[in-house]
Amino acid sequence: MLEINDLWVDVNGKEVLKGVNLTIPSGETHILFGKNGSGKSSLLMTIMGFRRYRVRQGRISFKGVDITKLPIHERAKMGIGLAFQRPPSIRGVKTRDVFNVCNINSVSCDELADKFNFSGLLERELNVGFSGGEMKKSELLQLLLQDPELVMLDEPESGVDLENLQILGKAINKLLEKYLWRKRAKSGLVISHLGFILNYIEADSGYVLLDGRIHCHGNPRELFKGIQRHGYRECIECQR
Amino acid sequence: MSEVRRTRAQQAKDKKSTFGTDVDLLKYQLLSDDKTDPLGLDGLTHEDRAKIIQSGIDLDDQDRAGTFFQTDHRIVHCAVKQPGLEVLPMAQALKEHAWLEELYWQAVPVDSDKYTAQAELHFQNGYFIRALKGQRVTTPIQACLYMKHDNTAQNVHNLIVAEEGSELNIITGCATAPSLQSGIHIGISEFYVKRGAKLTFTMIHDWAEEVMVRPRSGIVVEEDGLFLSNYVSLKPVRSLQMYPTTRLIGPGAVARFHSILLAPPGCELDTGARVVLEASNTRAEIISRTITTGGVIKARGHLVGLKPNVKAHLECHGLILTEEGIIHAIPELEAHRSGAEMSHEAAVGKIAEEEIEYLMARGLSEEEATATIVRGFLNVQIEGLPPELQAKVDRAIEESEKSML
Ligand SMILES: Nc1ncnc2c1ncn2[C@@H]1O[C@H](COP(=O)(O)OP(=O)(O)OP(=O)(O)O)[C@@H](O)[C@H]1O
Ligand SMILES: [Mg+2]
Repeated sequence: MLEINDLWVDVNGKEVLKGVNLTIPSGETHILFGKNGSGKSSLLMTIMGFRRYRVRQGRISFKGVDITKLPIHERAKMGIGLAFQRPPSIRGVKTRDVFNVCNINSVSCDELADKFNFSGLLERELNVGFSGGEMKKSELLQLLLQDPELVMLDEPESGVDLENLQILGKAINKLLEKYLWRKRAKSGLVISHLGFILNYIEADSGYVLLDGRIHCHGNPRELFKGIQRHGYRECIECQR
Repeated sequence: MSEVRRTRAQQAKDKKSTFGTDVDLLKYQLLSDDKTDPLGLDGLTHEDRAKIIQSGIDLDDQDRAGTFFQTDHRIVHCAVKQPGLEVLPMAQALKEHAWLEELYWQAVPVDSDKYTAQAELHFQNGYFIRALKGQRVTTPIQACLYMKHDNTAQNVHNLIVAEEGSELNIITGCATAPSLQSGIHIGISEFYVKRGAKLTFTMIHDWAEEVMVRPRSGIVVEEDGLFLSNYVSLKPVRSLQMYPTTRLIGPGAVARFHSILLAPPGCELDTGARVVLEASNTRAEIISRTITTGGVIKARGHLVGLKPNVKAHLECHGLILTEEGIIHAIPELEAHRSGAEMSHEAAVGKIAEEEIEYLMARGLSEEEATATIVRGFLNVQIEGLPPELQAKVDRAIEESEKSML
């Protein structure tokens, strides 16, 4: 589904990705761990196509198509979706209007909002005065409406209380549906510090991003245990 | 009285205005004749009608409490449909109401500048609208000032009185005929909001590319009165300059100004509002949303708090959509007493790329994302504005969106 070869990226003159290689086969969900500032968000933003993230070298292909130079909205239309770590506030633009933009399958925004305790926020300006948890919920609901084939989540659980964590967990689970009886069609690339997310999705693979490079490719639960126990030190040493 | 006024006007006839490009008034022809009978709406061409409707005027007079319509110097149509309401050509009102002498030229000094002077020396009518005491005229009254003759000056003097406890909703559309290229519009407008009265004034401008516009307005609000002004100018105009002054003279008086302005290339808008809070417990709010696609905008605002317990807020937001455009926000706060609560907020710049790209990630093209943000930026829900007038404002914005992007 997604293939990244030798990706080098600059942002504001700073090198943030230094030769990333990554493959996510169709139906797999991968988890990305890594220290603050290691380049995780930059990787997702680059896959989405944000202009600030300048690709110096390398290639991104999605469903067999080279998308390295495609504008953002065309990537979105091909089926790439991103829940932002820190989405911008947009004055004057109602959350409902943005939901409607995402809503390609014409489901009822009101019902969806109702189900996720989000109704009161639909008429508010997007993210203006939203709490941290409300923003995360807004991001996930937008993705549910967009229903992308490649689901990218940038720290969906940070700042979310325990009760809402369950609600959001269910939403994420829905996004990345995995059935026992048929192969999953959606792929996922998820950034997490806390590992809570592992309880809600069946992650197939995990890696650690360190200083713009991918280290330690392996089983996500084992990886996370290792990080919990030894921090990222071990990953630096480990050359997997 | 009127002799003194004329002398003062004579003396000010070459006096330049403090703000805005100086206009050579001699360049424009002054139309005049003795006829006073209305021209009637039937004489309007198809194009005229289309233009007039665009500026918010309903030519069928439906759902209107009254209508005033003037083309150049001639009255076209003047009608009133509701008791307790007066709508008259200014010249006629001055004849019928001797007491008007006490209000005429009181909110705007006749010798302010060459434009006020010209309006006095070459008076070409205008409208008089008045709601009698306690009359709540919630259905809008419409006034249209239309310019048709190329290269002429239109000098009108309007006066509006909302008597004690009354309510008035006025929508005025100012526009030029499609064939007109150049001209100057001078409009004196005096507003008197008496005790406990409410006056909503919505003005939609639709001028032509070479037209100069110099409105001169003054507003006086008494105890517990409310003055609400909405101003929309989204079409090309060569130069528009206005800086109305509002005096809140009675306790509890409130004034709110909202404006939505667009400056295409070659257009110069120098607009703002000044409110003097002269009594206790008065409140004022000035909010502007400006967009340039190449023109120059000066967005001014001046709040003067003379009493301790007054509250006032000034907000200028500007969007620059092209490299050439300029927006200059000039907010001024002047508090003469401690305890006056006065604030301002100004932000001018391009649309944040981050916001555009965010919407693109949701599937919108760059143009669509920009349009969505611009629409949101202009979408100020005006508190207290009747839904019908809000719909007019919304439609004017929608219309201009296409040309903006
Ligand atoms: N627009 C920018 N201008 C300058 N530096 C940037 C910009 N965006 C990212 N960076 C820098 O690039 C590096 C990687 O940032 P990135 O957001 O990808 O980290 P991250 O791994 O997502 O961190 P976190 O876990 O804190 O979210 C950081 O040092 C950051 O300061
Ligand atoms: Mg990050």
